Amino acid sequence: MTRYILSRLAQSVFVIVGVLLVVFFIINVTGDPVAMLMPPGAPQDAIAAIRQRYGLDKPWPVQLFRFFVGDAFTASGQSGQTIEVLNVGAGTVQAKLRPLGGAIRGDFGDSLRFLGQPAMPIVLERFPLTIQLMLAAAAYSTVLSLFLGTMSAMRPYSWIDQVVRTFAILNQSIPNFWLGLVLILVFAVYLGILPAMGYGSWENVVLPAVTLGAQSLGRNTRLVRSSVLECLSQDYVRTARAKGVPERVVMVKHVLKNAMMPVVTAWALDIANLFGGAVITESIFGWPGMGRLIVESVTFRDFPTVASAVFFVTLVFVVLNLLVDLSYAWLDPRVKLA
Amino acid sequence: MSVPIPGADPPLELLHRTAAATPRLPWYRQRLWRTLRRGSGLFNVGFLLLVTLAAVTAPRITDRDPILSDPVNRLRPPGWQAAGVPTSPLGTDQLGRDVYTRLVYGARISLVVGLGTVLISAVLGSAVGLVAGYVEGRLGTGLMRLADIQLAFPFLLLAVAVVAAVGAGLLNVILILGIAGWATFARVVRSQVLSIKQREYVEAVRAIGAGQPTIVLRHVVPNVLTPVIVLATATVANNIVVEASLTFLGLGVQPTIPSWGSMLADARDYLAVAWWMGIFPGLALMLTVLTINLLGDWLRDYLDPTLRNI
Repeated sequence: MTRYILSRLAQSVFVIVGVLLVVFFIINVTGDPVAMLMPPGAPQDAIAAIRQRYGLDKPWPVQLFRFFVGDAFTASGQSGQTIEVLNVGAGTVQAKLRPLGGAIRGDFGDSLRFLGQPAMPIVLERFPLTIQLMLAAAAYSTVLSLFLGTMSAMRPYSWIDQVVRTFAILNQSIPNFWLGLVLILVFAVYLGILPAMGYGSWENVVLPAVTLGAQSLGRNTRLVRSSVLECLSQDYVRTARAKGVPERVVMVKHVLKNAMMPVVTAWALDIANLFGGAVITESIFGWPGMGRLIVESVTFRDFPTVASAVFFVTLVFVVLNLLVDLSYAWLDPRVKLA
Repeated sequence: MSVPIPGADPPLELLHRTAAATPRLPWYRQRLWRTLRRGSGLFNVGFLLLVTLAAVTAPRITDRDPILSDPVNRLRPPGWQAAGVPTSPLGTDQLGRDVYTRLVYGARISLVVGLGTVLISAVLGSAVGLVAGYVEGRLGTGLMRLADIQLAFPFLLLAVAVVAAVGAGLLNVILILGIAGWATFARVVRSQVLSIKQREYVEAVRAIGAGQPTIVLRHVVPNVLTPVIVLATATVANNIVVEASLTFLGLGVQPTIPSWGSMLADARDYLAVAWWMGIFPGLALMLTVLTINLLGDWLRDYLDPTLRNI
């Protein structure tokens, strides 16, 4: 077990370092970061000074080192100085130079869009909103898929079953962002009963959650159906029925409890899908979460923010995956051997 | 000198008899057709043929320009409505461009992206998978670790981040999605190779003295193809959606090129006044993806019913 945990831990570190290398590549391959910081037509010596201050005149291995560990060992009286940087709207603003924390402190520099603000706190501020949306979507898809899947399995090949299965496959194959548009069209534009955009009251959560949860709703419904069908044919269900256990109790205690296992497994897979889907869903519904922040930062070419967000999502993701894998190994000792 | 024994020549006779006893089935009773006719199979094939035909013959089935704007006829509803114009059966967009024409030209982008990306992923991933499956030990596990790392990361987020670096555009999207898809193929191919190379027929070929290249190319590769084809079908559908999503976000194909994703991005701002701008490209996208997926299910069952778990 210890060996398994250690190897999984090492693998997680690998993932994080790998993603960081990609991020470094992204920032440094796309051109001169200084060019984005300075107003056009800035004097050459000013640009050179900033390059020197940010360490951009150094060879790339030195820059890579700085990217990972920051200025902890190299900083020398740079902080506190102000420089003039380009504002996104118009004109220039003063920004303070500060030592870089580096990846080990989760500090990828200041946002180029919200000037003078470190990028990571901007990302962290948006994170709870994304989690909120993901939880709402997960709750919606789990509850509904359990209900529909069980209904469907109790009367296989009936009309209920047909309707549920069609609904499930539609949910699975409808492109996320189009579903969002259609929902806005129907519920906000025509019926006018739910808001199309924004954040605040519970009504704002409904449409984004339904959109984001569609994929997993479709898959989980099919999963629950086949899983319940399988459980229904087991001997212990027949035994329970034979000894006169009421049907409702059979369903809840004997069938559903066992049928839940694959669904719990699917949750782990859903994490990745929900993160990816959040990028799109948040953009459609103007949900001020991390997904929308990432898209906006990419369009603004605000690389420190993109880097911070990608790093943070990776971290959350890797930790969650690690926990899921470890809990499997704990629940089912055979997993370790695989 | 062999003396013909009466009645002692059954093989040929038997052969004739069995050949006569099992006549070749007419085409409509063969397995391919029988299984395809079940359920929605024919509709799926028909719809995909239609989309492909539309993409290939786009300039012939519409005489309108998909890019040229026509400010007089902007935001016209579909032709059957009172305010619509007959030349635009599915309405026009905010610049007066014909929705039907753009839909037809948009099919090109979706198909090119779907097929192009899968070609890259399948070739790249299968090559890695073959190597990793054949050369066990450090190299094999190392390559699979890389695949694990790639798969441990949300795909769409990765695509967005790389687009941020290399810029949007059709070719970039194809390359990014194509390269990013190698991991799944590598995994499937490797597990298949690992099981095939233990089989007796491979051992037999090796015992005869066949060289390593012969074994791999003539005996392993053909048996790996089936799962690769099945996976490729699913990947085509998935990548079409990912491209449309990226384009919708403004991170995919250039907005000037008519594509379903960019049509939907335009539609978003005019939802309240022009439902047709969003409904038709979305339906086309959904039906294309749905039919490819359903056809993929059929293909999987047809090629190898034991593969239900991929």
